[in-house]
Amino acid sequence: MYTSPNRLPAPAGRLVDHENTINFSFEGTQYTGLAGDTIASALAANDVWLLSRSFKYHRPRGVLSMAGLEANTLVQVDNEPNVAADRRKVTQGLQVSGQNCIGSLANDQAEKISLVNRFLPVGFYYKAFFQPKGAWQNIWEPIIRKFAGLGQVHPDTPHGYYDKQYLFSEITVVGGGPAGMSAALAAADAGAEVLLIEQETVIGGSLNYGRFDTEGTLAHTLHDELVTAVTDHSNIEVMTDSVCNGYFADNWLPVIRGHRMYKLRTKELILAPGKMEQPAIFRNNDLPGVLLGTAAQRLIRLYGVRPGKQAVVLTAGDDGYATALELLENGVNVTAVADLRQSFDATPLYKKVLACGISIHKACTVYEALPDKHTRGIRAAALRQLAGIGQCGNEAWRYDCDLLCVSVGFMPSYQLALHAGGKLKHDEAVSGFSITGLPACIHLAGAVNGKNELGSVIESGRQAGQAASRKLGLAVPGAAASRPLNPISYSSINHPWPIFPHPRGKEFVDLDEDLQYLDIIHACRDGYDELELVKRYSTVGMGPSQGRHSALATARVVAEETQRTMSEVGVTTARPPLHAENLAVIAGRSFEPERLTAMHHRHLEAGAHMVTAGQWWRPAYYGEPQHADRWILKENLAVRNNVGMIDVSTLGGLEVRGPDAAEFLNRMYTFSYSRQKTGTLRYLLMTNPAGRIIDDGVACRLDDEHFYITATTGGVETVYRTMLWWNAQWRLDVDVTNVTSAYAGISLAGPKSRAVLQQLCTSTDLAPASFPYLSVRTAQVAGIPARLLRVGFVGELGYEIHAPSLQGEALWDALLKAGREFGMQPVGIEAQRLLRLEKGHLIVGQDTDAMTTPHEARMTWAVAERKPFFVGGRSLQAARRYPSNRKLVGFSVEPEQDEVPGESNLILDGDSIAGHITSVGYSPTLNKIIGMGYARADTEPGMLIQIKLKSGCRQSVQVVEMPFYDPQNKRQEM
Amino acid sequence: MPWGLLKYGLASKYPARRDIPGPRELKKSYEIVIIGAGGHGLSTAYHLARYHGITDVAVLDKGYVGGGNTARNTAVIRSNYISPEAIEFYKASVEMFENLSNELGYNQMYSQRGQLTLAHSDASVRAFRLRAEINKHLGVRSEMVDRKQIREIVPCLNMDKKMRFPIQAGLWHRDGGTARHDAAAWGYAMRAAQMGVEIHQRTEVTGIHVDKGKVVAVQTARGTVRCNHAVQAVAGMSSEVARMAGIRLPIRSYPLQAMVTQPVKPFLDPLVSSAELHAYVSQTARGEVVIGGGSDPYELYSTRSTLDLKENLIAHVLEMFPFMGELKLLRQWAGITDMTPDYSPILGTSPVKNYWLDAGWGTWGFKATPISGKCMAESLANEKTARLIQPFGLERFRRFKLFNEAGATAASH
Repeated sequence: MYTSPNRLPAPAGRLVDHENTINFSFEGTQYTGLAGDTIASALAANDVWLLSRSFKYHRPRGVLSMAGLEANTLVQVDNEPNVAADRRKVTQGLQVSGQNCIGSLANDQAEKISLVNRFLPVGFYYKAFFQPKGAWQNIWEPIIRKFAGLGQVHPDTPHGYYDKQYLFSEITVVGGGPAGMSAALAAADAGAEVLLIEQETVIGGSLNYGRFDTEGTLAHTLHDELVTAVTDHSNIEVMTDSVCNGYFADNWLPVIRGHRMYKLRTKELILAPGKMEQPAIFRNNDLPGVLLGTAAQRLIRLYGVRPGKQAVVLTAGDDGYATALELLENGVNVTAVADLRQSFDATPLYKKVLACGISIHKACTVYEALPDKHTRGIRAAALRQLAGIGQCGNEAWRYDCDLLCVSVGFMPSYQLALHAGGKLKHDEAVSGFSITGLPACIHLAGAVNGKNELGSVIESGRQAGQAASRKLGLAVPGAAASRPLNPISYSSINHPWPIFPHPRGKEFVDLDEDLQYLDIIHACRDGYDELELVKRYSTVGMGPSQGRHSALATARVVAEETQRTMSEVGVTTARPPLHAENLAVIAGRSFEPERLTAMHHRHLEAGAHMVTAGQWWRPAYYGEPQHADRWILKENLAVRNNVGMIDVSTLGGLEVRGPDAAEFLNRMYTFSYSRQKTGTLRYLLMTNPAGRIIDDGVACRLDDEHFYITATTGGVETVYRTMLWWNAQWRLDVDVTNVTSAYAGISLAGPKSRAVLQQLCTSTDLAPASFPYLSVRTAQVAGIPARLLRVGFVGELGYEIHAPSLQGEALWDALLKAGREFGMQPVGIEAQRLLRLEKGHLIVGQDTDAMTTPHEARMTWAVAERKPFFVGGRSLQAARRYPSNRKLVGFSVEPEQDEVPGESNLILDGDSIAGHITSVGYSPTLNKIIGMGYARADTEPGMLIQIKLKSGCRQSVQVVEMPFYDPQNKRQEM
Repeated sequence: MPWGLLKYGLASKYPARRDIPGPRELKKSYEIVIIGAGGHGLSTAYHLARYHGITDVAVLDKGYVGGGNTARNTAVIRSNYISPEAIEFYKASVEMFENLSNELGYNQMYSQRGQLTLAHSDASVRAFRLRAEINKHLGVRSEMVDRKQIREIVPCLNMDKKMRFPIQAGLWHRDGGTARHDAAAWGYAMRAAQMGVEIHQRTEVTGIHVDKGKVVAVQTARGTVRCNHAVQAVAGMSSEVARMAGIRLPIRSYPLQAMVTQPVKPFLDPLVSSAELHAYVSQTARGEVVIGGGSDPYELYSTRSTLDLKENLIAHVLEMFPFMGELKLLRQWAGITDMTPDYSPILGTSPVKNYWLDAGWGTWGFKATPISGKCMAESLANEKTARLIQPFGLERFRRFKLFNEAGATAASH
């Protein structure tokens, strides 16, 4: 039979299954919990309250909110750091350990740091650790870095499976408490499709654990009524265990459930996230055993855990009395209630607590919690009479207790509303906040809308549900009179100043960052008295809980210290995400598309060494990498002497059609296309508005209103986007389509290419007279419809054959077969790079950089200066008055040397940098090392330029004319 | 225990030192008005007071000290640029950072942990090789490293060759480092104020008065102040403020987003960035992992966060560090980056006489905080643009003397 010291019998423990036990370990000790337990509740049931050590002083910490809102409960679960123990469910065999301790959680050696507390004032790291020069980096940083961080990541953690799904809804309600349920019902009744998102495993919110009346039945009755209505409503879909973790523009919501992120678009959004109970600030308010009132209620009702044996309650309204009754009825001995209020109307809850014979101290606070050295929790509460706001008198009481419940006020759960652009506005009269400035598609319901009393919370939900429905154009029934829900009066109060400094400190404003009352004051006195400066200087609110429990108190202390109102001081903003989210959830499955050409498998079969080119895979050469030079040489010679074929499918392809097609190209590219004849092709050079080269290709005129153009592999997406962008303004009658993937491309090059092609292309006359250089034909190649382009990138007679992708492989095979008797060889991009270098053709992006002009690249021949307009033209014209100081030149070197010039070697002008080598390689045809690079603008063939080799040595090399190979262009035009 | 902290432990009363002065009356006129109390504005003020004896200076800000991009950047300090002018400039800044804590008596937490930029493609390898050559030639510690060396520098990197874009090589910049970004603004503010410079927070500039082509006064929400010189140092709002003076800047402003995880025990010392994956990662002294990427694709003056950028960026970070999947993201934020056509700043004179520009800082402003302040102060004091920043004048755009820095800036900041 399962027993735990603090486990309460059913019906306490709505979320746990009393019949179903779970074994897990914490700090190496085995414990038994129940299915449905969180790590924290299961440990609490076993009377384990110490969960972690604080960031700076390594103070013992335990449950505060039981809502997963603070750093106190962060534990290490296996390899996963910083897991909120009060949210993560226990599972069989789970291994949990404490974080940020040296030794063990119970005996943390680093605890001694708090002894030197007074030597570590706020912002202490700015004030020291830097003398002498280098001391920070060499001495102090390594020491301080050792103490940084909480949990641990392990480099061998496997990457789990995470994914994403899209969702859509008409109305989304975030928060399944009374307000959210009421809103969902109102909207669903009006006919809207409603999605209700709840982060707990069940809906019901505070009705699951809260107490609103003397008998403790109201929550229960309302819960059953609303939950049943929501569950039964066919228009409402409920997502539990799901966190809407941020708000992004236009109602775009990431909803995280387990390992999946739903990306939800909703027409209308109702926010009903409720409120966050706030701590009081007194000495040792951070120790295990000091709980928010709602945390005690959650432990009892949700998990069936008795939160302590003997309790003191600190309150400023009925919340504390409700908590006291809950404790009393669940076996906790409540010894005293301290009420911050001087006088108040006796509510039924108050009267009942009084009738139970409990000492109630009015105008009284907890001044200090006394630590228990043995349990690391508390052993007593010291109470003091209040003499004024924040002023403690001399009259004092002391009550033994191991539990101190604090209920002094709330903050709305403002985060999502603030992500959406809302602003927190402080109302001094009720010491509460309201949220203003939201987009019209967002509606607030319940506590986040400033409602505290249960009846008005539910009514506020109904109104929000109706307002959202009306926005959708749905007919909403007339305003039904809201029924009185709360037969008794219940007053929940935000106390304006639950802050009680102690001469010996340790009254924590921010538990995450171990900031005490005086730290905030001192930050102001050091001059950092703007709220954002207080935050940055002291780090208040920057820890894992992101100010959820510290923002309010900080603003209050700063307002007091600087003699300003809360409104003047403001509250810092909230940024996504709402709760810390696993990086893997955000990333989801990693999609990195790979693009394969139609001939990909043929390359693999031929033993190609494949390399990436953007998303594409391309053959670098055919053969194993250790003999790369040999294969490149072989492929190079095949093209020069016989014939080679290169897969050029990755080249961009665009169809440009319409009456204005030629005019469009005229504007997009530097050359002129108006008078280009049908059946010919022409070089394309694109510049950006600053006149710098960004892409090139060829334009094939297929008819008057139709061009087929190519772009570089890496550039085509940008070219396409840029074209659409410009034409959105020009409105030319032209249509551009990116057909890159639709066509496979094979470049057939070499003196024997015509002979090979003619075999497969019997119906077309390939003779130079009828199909000359720089012309384009459509033809059947091996029965496959294709576009034939006579181009000469590598400087030999050659054809590019563009055919539908589906037939690319068949075309490849046919060509390979036809070429066999001519010594044809498949050629990779390495040999192609070398071949084009021999021919002096540049590659955009390699031989040009972001600043290269056509002039510097000696491409002015491709610029039609007399055109009225092209992108970059105006800049090029204006720039002519300011000549460039560099240009692209060719050079050659004898090959037999110890060290040869390499790509990226600098070209020097004296000691300053004139440019660099952009391409270089050994040309087997010329038996020379040839290259190109940027040198001074006045460099001419025959002159010497200085190259700084990798070793640092300098070498003079001779500038030569380009092209290096076949300067008369006889071979490509034959 | 350092001596500097002793007094705090031994004093009976907290020895507050009022680093940033409180509110005070705005005077009718100042010799120099600096618009923007961020790192650059305050650095300029400090250098004016400290090295040129000019203290009749008011630094105005619509918000709080260091609240703009000084507060939002990810504190990368490096000098591995491409153009010699930029390298000389940023190298001087790195050298100033090395001694900045002691110069100001304010710990900047400057730490040269080195910056490793990864190349996953031939094109990047080529570009990095060039950068390394140029850097070395100009005395910056920057070198190409191969896969083996990368493993030694960052053992936890994913070096799997089956990765979609396997890491091919890296650019290792030993001089690269980081500092506490806020501390730069605060340290300069503290020392400038001690020497008599006035710092006015919550003082929004609403207009700039120009008479006969010369700036004469700055209009603020708290009244108009006359001045002999005015400087604008308002990264993220440069175009808008310059427009008040009738100046049009060649700037487009884009949001740049960044994010940070919860603190975990340190596992990553150097700063790591990747050209192909458009991501950079570093771990702060607090143990938080800072993650950033490229600017948003379209122009905007809103510091909202977006989901798609976060999804893509994190997916890329997990490619580099797959084990970080269960690390938890804490916060996402954005700043506005003023991008110039050549990814280089605009510094010095403007078409309005005595109106000085410290603008166009895109994603690279923080690292220049010391040197730009020094050069701007020198320029103001001598009424002549300082040598180091002469190449960065607004004039260059008219003369097409653009810098080739696009490649050295993307995702490395």
